[in-house]
Amino acid sequence: MKREGAIIFSPIEPFAGLKQALSISRGDVIAAIRASEIKGRGGAGFPTGVKWNLAAAAVSDKKFVVCNADEGEPGTFKDRVLLNEYSRLVFEGMIIAGYAVGAQEGIIYLRGEYAGLLPSLGKILLKLRRSNVLGVNVLGKEGFNFDIRIESGAGAYVCGEETALIESLEGNRGEPRSRPPFPVNTGYLGQPTVVNNVETCAAVPHIIVKGADWFKSFGTEKSRGSKLISVSGDCGRPGVYEVPFGTSVAQILAMAGAKGVKAVQVGGASGVCVTPAQFDRKIAYEDLSSGGSFMVFGKSRKMLDAAVDFLEFFSEESCGQCTPCREGVPVLLDISRKIRDGRAAACDIEALESLAETMQDAAKCGLGQSAPNALLAILKNFPGEYEVHDGQARET
Amino acid sequence: MAKTCAVEKTVRKSGKDSMVCDGNRSGLLAALRRLQNKKGCISDTDMQDLAERFGIHPVEVYGTATFYSFLRVDRKARHVIRLSNCVSCGGKALLAAFEKTLKIKVGQTTADSRFALELTGCLGMCDQPAAIMVDSKLIGCLRVQDVPKILKSLR
Repeated sequence: MKREGAIIFSPIEPFAGLKQALSISRGDVIAAIRASEIKGRGGAGFPTGVKWNLAAAAVSDKKFVVCNADEGEPGTFKDRVLLNEYSRLVFEGMIIAGYAVGAQEGIIYLRGEYAGLLPSLGKILLKLRRSNVLGVNVLGKEGFNFDIRIESGAGAYVCGEETALIESLEGNRGEPRSRPPFPVNTGYLGQPTVVNNVETCAAVPHIIVKGADWFKSFGTEKSRGSKLISVSGDCGRPGVYEVPFGTSVAQILAMAGAKGVKAVQVGGASGVCVTPAQFDRKIAYEDLSSGGSFMVFGKSRKMLDAAVDFLEFFSEESCGQCTPCREGVPVLLDISRKIRDGRAAACDIEALESLAETMQDAAKCGLGQSAPNALLAILKNFPGEYEVHDGQARET
Repeated sequence: MAKTCAVEKTVRKSGKDSMVCDGNRSGLLAALRRLQNKKGCISDTDMQDLAERFGIHPVEVYGTATFYSFLRVDRKARHVIRLSNCVSCGGKALLAAFEKTLKIKVGQTTADSRFALELTGCLGMCDQPAAIMVDSKLIGCLRVQDVPKILKSLR
C-alpha cells in the first residue's frame, strides 16, 4: 500500500538525512531541529530541539538515545505502521539524534505486543551494520560510533512514560521517577538520555534534508509540521493518516469515510471526547493535543460504556506507586459503573469531581493525572445518556 | 543443576543483546522474557538463580517479574491467547467464543496447560478489529467463526 502525506510519508532518499547531518557540525544539526520547532509526537509536545540541546550540553562520556516505541494508548497504531514500513527512517532519525547529542548507543523500547516485529527489525539492523550505517565511524565519519539495539517491553502501558520506560530498561518495575532530574541529565543508567517518540525520529531525516522552513510551512504557528492520526472505530476506512497540524476533526472524519458520528475520542483513554458541535476543533498542541489516537463512535454506541472501558483499562494499568492513582482509579471506576447502571446519586457526582481534581493535581505521572478526563468529558457532553437521582447514595 | 544451566544460558544470551555490565541489572527483563518464552512460565527456582546471577535479592526479581502482565510466575501454558479489551480493537463476542470453546473463563488456563486466556489493553490493531495476540503474534480482523480454526492451528 502506497502512503501519502506531507512530511513523514513524503518521498526521501534512504539515509540522505544522515549523510547530510554527518557533513555538518553537531551544533548545526541541533540548530536545524530547533529552527523547525518540532515538538515531541508522543503527545506531551516538548520541543525536540531543546531536548537535544540539553542532552548535548550535559557532560558525560556516555549518552543514550532511546526511541519510545511503547505505543500503548488505546486507539493508536501509527508506530506499528512506521516500524513495519518505515523502520529505516526511524533508525536514521535515531542515528542523527545520536550524532547531535554525542551518544554512542541507541535503544528502541518496543512494546511487548509488537514482539512479532523483532525478527524483521533485527534483520534490518544487521544490514545497517554491514553497510556501516551503524558501527564504528558511521558512514566514514571519523570518531562517530553508534549502534542500535532493541529491548522489548512485557505488557505495561505505564512504560510509555519516559522515566518508567527507563526504569524498565534498567530491569526494574516500570514505575515513573520523580522529575527533576530529567532524563536528558540523569536517564538510563544515570547517564544523559534523549527519549523520542517513533514518529519524532521518523520526521528528523526529512527536516535535515528538506530544511526547517519547508517543515514549518506545514501546520500552525504553535504546532509545526504534520501528525500521524490513527483512525479507528465506526468509519469506512480506518488506518493511519498523515495530516498537517490544524486539520479539523470534521476533515479527518471525511477522509476516513465516517458518517453519522456521535462522538470522537481524541487521544485515547487519557484524551478528550469531542461531540459533533465541536467537530471544527483542530488537531494541534494548542487545541486537541494527542499522540494520534482518533476513535470514532457511531450513533449506536453508548458513551458511558466507553467511559467504563477506559477506566477498567486504567485500573488494570496503574502501576500502584502513588496513592492518588492507585486508590483513585478504582473509585472512579466504581462511580462510572454506578452512573452507567443508573445507580448514581448527586453526591457521587460531587465525590467524582473532587476526586478528579485531586488526581489531576497530585498523581505522579500522566496516567493518574489524565485518568478522569474521559469520564468527565463524556458526562459533560452527553447529559442525556445517564440519570443521577438526588438524595443519598443507595447501597448496592 | 540442569535448571541453573538454562538460566545461565538465558542470561548470557540476553547479556549479548543487552550488554549487561557489572553493577547493573539491565538485562533482567530480557532474561525473564527469554525464560518465559522458553518454559512458558518463570519458576521460583529460576527467579532465585537469576537473582544470584545478577547479584540482587530474589524478591527484586519477583518484583520485576510480577509487574509485567506478559510474564507469568504462577502457571505455565503452552500458548497464551490475549484478547484486547480496547474500545476499538477488542471484541466481547470473541471473548465469549473463546471462553465457550476452551471451557475456561478469562484469566484461567486449560487443565492440560495448553491454553491460557487473558485480557489485555489495546493491542495497537484498532484498524483491524477484533484483534488477539497469540504468544507473540498479532492476529486481526477476527470473527467469532474463526475461533475454532485458530485453536486448531495451535493444537
